[in-house]
Amino acid sequence: MVIPMADTQDLEMKIQTENVDFFYGPVQVLFGITMRIPARQVTALIGPSGCGKSTFLRTLNRMNDIIPGTRLEGKVLIDGRDIYCNGSDVVALRKKVGMVFQKSNPFPKSIFENVAYGPRIHGIRGRAALTEIVEKSLQRAGLWEEVKDRLEISALDLSGGQQQRLCIARALAMDPEIVLMDEPASALDPRSTARIEDLIGELRRHYTIVIVTHNMQQAARASDFTAFFYEGHLVEFGATKQIFTMPREKQTEDYITGRFG
Amino acid sequence: MSHRSTDQAVFWIMRGITYFIVLVIGYILFDIVRNGFPAISWRFLTGYPERSGAEGGIFPAIVGTSCLVMGAILVALPVGMASAIYLSEYAKQGVFVRTLRLAIVTLAGVPSIVFGLFGLGLFVLFLGFGASILAGSLTLACMILPTIIVSSEEALRAVPPSLREGSLALGATHWQTIYKNVLPYAVPGMLTGSILGIGRAAGETAPILLTVAAFFLPKMPRSIFDQVMALPYHLYILATQHPDSSKVRPMQYGTALVLLVLVLGISMGAIVLRSHFRKKYRW
Repeated sequence: MVIPMADTQDLEMKIQTENVDFFYGPVQVLFGITMRIPARQVTALIGPSGCGKSTFLRTLNRMNDIIPGTRLEGKVLIDGRDIYCNGSDVVALRKKVGMVFQKSNPFPKSIFENVAYGPRIHGIRGRAALTEIVEKSLQRAGLWEEVKDRLEISALDLSGGQQQRLCIARALAMDPEIVLMDEPASALDPRSTARIEDLIGELRRHYTIVIVTHNMQQAARASDFTAFFYEGHLVEFGATKQIFTMPREKQTEDYITGRFG
Repeated sequence: MSHRSTDQAVFWIMRGITYFIVLVIGYILFDIVRNGFPAISWRFLTGYPERSGAEGGIFPAIVGTSCLVMGAILVALPVGMASAIYLSEYAKQGVFVRTLRLAIVTLAGVPSIVFGLFGLGLFVLFLGFGASILAGSLTLACMILPTIIVSSEEALRAVPPSLREGSLALGATHWQTIYKNVLPYAVPGMLTGSILGIGRAAGETAPILLTVAAFFLPKMPRSIFDQVMALPYHLYILATQHPDSSKVRPMQYGTALVLLVLVLGISMGAIVLRSHFRKKYRW
């Protein structure tokens, strides 16, 4: 299989994977994924359900580790360092690689405590420092204006869209370099979805963003690069514009034109 | 018979059975309160037993049972909660853990007299604690451990996995995640389940019969190595061992009422605690 790299050649690379195979017990779900994800760009992972795109996303911050019986072969390099080698620090990795889940999962605490959770875990104690981080993170996530007067209310009292932006703020509070998003807008109404997409557009200047999406328009609108997964294989990877206008592979073309999926 | 009338009949049978149970419990309660209430007096609650319990009070038994319950909580709660955390959060789920769980559930079904014998063998004789508060508390603790472990595990399982994932994804360690983002939401459930178990233990006679309870001991315990009287055992003595048990009937009923109030009080405490925490944490 040809994996074109031409588009990304002159960009700084943040994440590189080399021949990544992934197994749930005896079942192999990823086959030889080799991919180079550029820094401070939005990379969308698309493909039909069960194609392995979410699994691939979760290999990037080792969230698959918590599922018993899983196994990874190959290499995942972030800033040139293999995150699966012995002695690699998962805690440090996850501090650097934030994650936003498909179903927003605010903690049953106040808005403030949700955002301050990560910094607290990593040893920031002072109220002033925490307040500053919370404000900055909520601003970056575009939620500050809506909640600045009620930081002490429960996060569960926010709307679905607000909860998801709170989860983004919570991830940003760790000051990560990479943000992984697993279908962050799939459970939201169109307006909230549009807000999340705008937000991704604003965040791309500061962070390397990898987003899994089911929504083809979303990938086309919000991403710079697109990777098309099918049955555990990376079929095609390239600039979003190229993928959506001149896909090289027949399978990609069939999928984006809606012939299957 | 038509479907409709079958339906009706089943419904009425179920309803009848339920009402019957409530009626039986209601009658027992009514009988104890009616006969026990006249026996309750200041002297009865704070006095020492006289003439083998035929007169006087049951103060030493109240103190004894309180000591035993407190001791059992102190031992069983931390141990049970720790086991539950290990089983549900750390242990690799497999044959070994399944066997362990089965053993725990089985332990919950072991008759209480067997626990009493076990306590006699291990704590009283082998470890040499003698018949004492320590031996009795430990025996009661063993008896309620399964209840505490099972209800604590249930409470832990009720915390959505997404909270653990969210915390881990922020770079929290396993223990930080459990301590900061699982336990706060599970503790209310863990406590209420455990306290209900403890309430039951307070009324048990068999485990303390062989490990701590004194037949007649009109003085206060000075250390955990002392024997004490206990309400359930005192009741048993009054009802069966007294030469003229009909004469001590008011004392029996009074003791039963006090024991009942104590156990109900513990259960009520659990309910109040639960509703308090429910308001504080929800998800």
